[in-house]
Amino acid sequence: MQLVGTQFTDATAIVGNDLVTLPDYPAEIRAPAGSLAGVSGFQINFASTEVYTPGDTVQTLVAMNPAALKVNLADLDHGGHLILNIDAFTPTALKHAGYEADPTDDQELQGYHVHKVPMTKLTIEAVKDAGLKPKEAERCKNFFALGLAFWLYDRPLDATLKWLDQKFGARPQIRQANELALRAGFNYGNTTEMFQVHYRVRPARVPPGTYRKIRGNDATSLGLMAAAWQAGQKLFYASYPITPASDILHELVKHKNFGVKVFQAEDEIAAMCAAIGAAYGGAFAATGTSGPGMALKGEAIGLAVMLELPMVIVNVQRGGPSTGLPTKTEQADLFQAVLGRNGECPLPVLAASSPGDCFATAFEAFQIAVRYMTPVVVLTDGYVANGSEPWRVPRIEDLPRIAVNHEFPPETFQPYARDENLARPWALPGTPGLAHRIGGLEKEHITGKVSYDPANHDFMVRLRDAKVAKVADMIPEQTLIGDESGDLLVVSWGGTYGTIRSAVERVRDKGGSVSHCHLRHMHPMPRNLGKILKSFRKILVPELNLGQLCLLLRGRYLVDAIGFNKVQGKPFAVAEVAARIDQILNGGD
Amino acid sequence: MAATTSAPTVSLQPKDYGSSQEIRWCPGCGNYSILTQLKKVCSNLGKDPDKLVFVSGIGCSSRLPYYMGTYGVHSIHGRAPALATGLRLARPDLEIWVITGDGDGLSIGGNHLLHAFRRNLNIKIIMFNNRIYGLTKGQVSPTSEMNKKTISTPYGSIGAMINPCSVAIGCEATFVARTVDMIPAHLQKTLERAAAHRGVAFVEVYQNCNIFNDGAFKYSTDREIREDHVVELEHGKALIFGKDQTKGLRIGRNYCPEVVTLGENGMSIYDLLIHDERASSPALAFLLSRLRHPDYPEPIGVFRAVKSPIYNDLIEEQIRRLTQERGAPDMQKLMYGPETWEVN
Repeated sequence: MQLVGTQFTDATAIVGNDLVTLPDYPAEIRAPAGSLAGVSGFQINFASTEVYTPGDTVQTLVAMNPAALKVNLADLDHGGHLILNIDAFTPTALKHAGYEADPTDDQELQGYHVHKVPMTKLTIEAVKDAGLKPKEAERCKNFFALGLAFWLYDRPLDATLKWLDQKFGARPQIRQANELALRAGFNYGNTTEMFQVHYRVRPARVPPGTYRKIRGNDATSLGLMAAAWQAGQKLFYASYPITPASDILHELVKHKNFGVKVFQAEDEIAAMCAAIGAAYGGAFAATGTSGPGMALKGEAIGLAVMLELPMVIVNVQRGGPSTGLPTKTEQADLFQAVLGRNGECPLPVLAASSPGDCFATAFEAFQIAVRYMTPVVVLTDGYVANGSEPWRVPRIEDLPRIAVNHEFPPETFQPYARDENLARPWALPGTPGLAHRIGGLEKEHITGKVSYDPANHDFMVRLRDAKVAKVADMIPEQTLIGDESGDLLVVSWGGTYGTIRSAVERVRDKGGSVSHCHLRHMHPMPRNLGKILKSFRKILVPELNLGQLCLLLRGRYLVDAIGFNKVQGKPFAVAEVAARIDQILNGGD
Repeated sequence: MAATTSAPTVSLQPKDYGSSQEIRWCPGCGNYSILTQLKKVCSNLGKDPDKLVFVSGIGCSSRLPYYMGTYGVHSIHGRAPALATGLRLARPDLEIWVITGDGDGLSIGGNHLLHAFRRNLNIKIIMFNNRIYGLTKGQVSPTSEMNKKTISTPYGSIGAMINPCSVAIGCEATFVARTVDMIPAHLQKTLERAAAHRGVAFVEVYQNCNIFNDGAFKYSTDREIREDHVVELEHGKALIFGKDQTKGLRIGRNYCPEVVTLGENGMSIYDLLIHDERASSPALAFLLSRLRHPDYPEPIGVFRAVKSPIYNDLIEEQIRRLTQERGAPDMQKLMYGPETWEVN
């Protein structure tokens, strides 16, 4: 289902619609077919205008079996299209999904445009010339459904046919069968009179440029690579497989001809330590993980802070704690990123707001890391990492260069001397005359020698803190959507951007006095943020956690921020955020 | 790539490899001897101090990088091999030595050691084995013997001991050796062999902690008795030991090693085991690593020295091959991805 969802997304991107996707799949690789827990879904919202969310509800639902219907029917708008593979509604499957009676015969589906399509039978019939075994033939039914969806929304088949050529070039039977199923689905829509409508969604009006469809994890990968490219350096990426971050590993390893060195480490700690070793050696080093891996990396991140070496640590957040909800999204690792290490251990933290924004965030993380000689954490999340959107591809010549200096005069070299950004020199092993020792023990200011001196420790703790605080000089001032003062400011961060923006706009369109402030820079925060916060009567902080940003804002700025929290492993719906905004504007708490 | 077997490039005295940092090991610690021999080896081999990096974890042994005038990283507990791996992959030109101890390397950092061995990274790993936790003041270590009474095992240790060389050979490390802090000539020779090896080189050094585990290796250091308790491994030579060089090792029934006396029961040198450090199978090396005092003499010297593909060479080779196949990289093209569309 993820596969045909991706194909529909590609076709939708190519016709120029704006889009946002929400893949939703179980943690198990082969979850029991037909069970409620095993339902794999793919939601897409596309339009001729800009869209920021995958949609609270759907207008068309394709359910390939009773379990899929049961899990997703609540999300379908009344009056929406419900396309069912009626062949899958067998007594056994119904029972498996917990239906006592066949819902397709029931009142339950009144109010929807129900289309009962015998997809399995039609698919098997359509592909019979390909000579597949019955089981294999049946598997093509998702392509039948895709073809039908293509017809319904007037998408071209070319991109999918090209993809089938590439994917199954070596297995012509499978390729042919999927094409036959795809065309059969398309033609079924065209020739039956089951659908009285047929939609044409015009290209979205978006800024001019060259666009592509991009997934968050791919954008993160490209951002890391582009940063190394703009510095004329080589990227080193060490990682241990973990959902939902592994796709960064899979993407980067393809690009060895860019000199990218990818190291699948024996564990999370090793991945972090290898990144430190590579950074020490002069590479643009990065590691990627998710919350549990981040926990394991903690001690080594502390070492990176102490060694003051530049590197990027990507945390693709998922539902926690512990193993939690590996394939679902959450924003509950903010404290972990900002505060989650022993000792006073500050480092810059950035958060990406959308799939395409992962590129800019990863790129900026390296800019900061190198300029300030510090590890930088990039927070994305399962929703942003797996979701796709059209992305205006930057021209490489428009991206800033990243200056790197490894040359220092041996006569005056001191490993813990500071430049104007309080950064220490990135002196590389192998350089004549600069041999020095670094380590996790406290350093003497300037010389970098081991020091247990109380005053020096106090000084160094404050120095490391001041250095990270200085990053606020480099990052842009915080911007707002809406007025610069008013009744309510909604502050959000990370992957909730699209939803919160849509909710705020919805309320503003009705005349509500509400503005939106979306943070990318979680630590340090933009220098004008305090002023912004104090310009509004109330502050609402919607987060997919129990109020982590809210507590940071309250602590730092002494503002009476109110949390709006949800931890269901899925994004906010626009309507629920808009309702909460309305409630507060109407005097509620 | 700088081969570790290259001819001397600089002419420096051992002291030139030291740093100005005050050495803080306890007086009488075996580490002093290791540090001295290490500097001698660097001098003998004409190592360029600017190309050397010593990476360590945590523990008494792991302070060593501070005392070398080379590049060095004193990292976190157990993770030196992991940090060294990243450095090695990023920098094929450097010579990297990992300094670890029995607790650092085999307890908290066991996993990293295992993978450094199996990957055959081109790094040297020197493990100072004193069979005790020194820096944390005397707790039992994974190489401590059973029933050992320590501050954390007042009624005797109940965990079986792990044998560092057996672990390394079990992981098919391509160079595995053992030496003793108090036999300087042997220590020096062994470190030189390790330095010359391309691939992972593991050296276990019996190291005396005179504060918390004094005399743990007395049988191997005491001049009066050591020849009866230690057998020196030499490639192609029979395993003979003893003060009078009259004892030998042979393989008995069921592949069990036996100590025999030459001249008794018709035993001659031709009955003895001949050491073969170059055998591609690690079986013989493993069998030798299992010989334990007091039942057997403990082997010192090189158990295994074989050639095998090196992880960091292979990654460079893949990059070279793919760059050749695909031509010069084009970042813009990569960013455009498989499909783009224009909006005007």
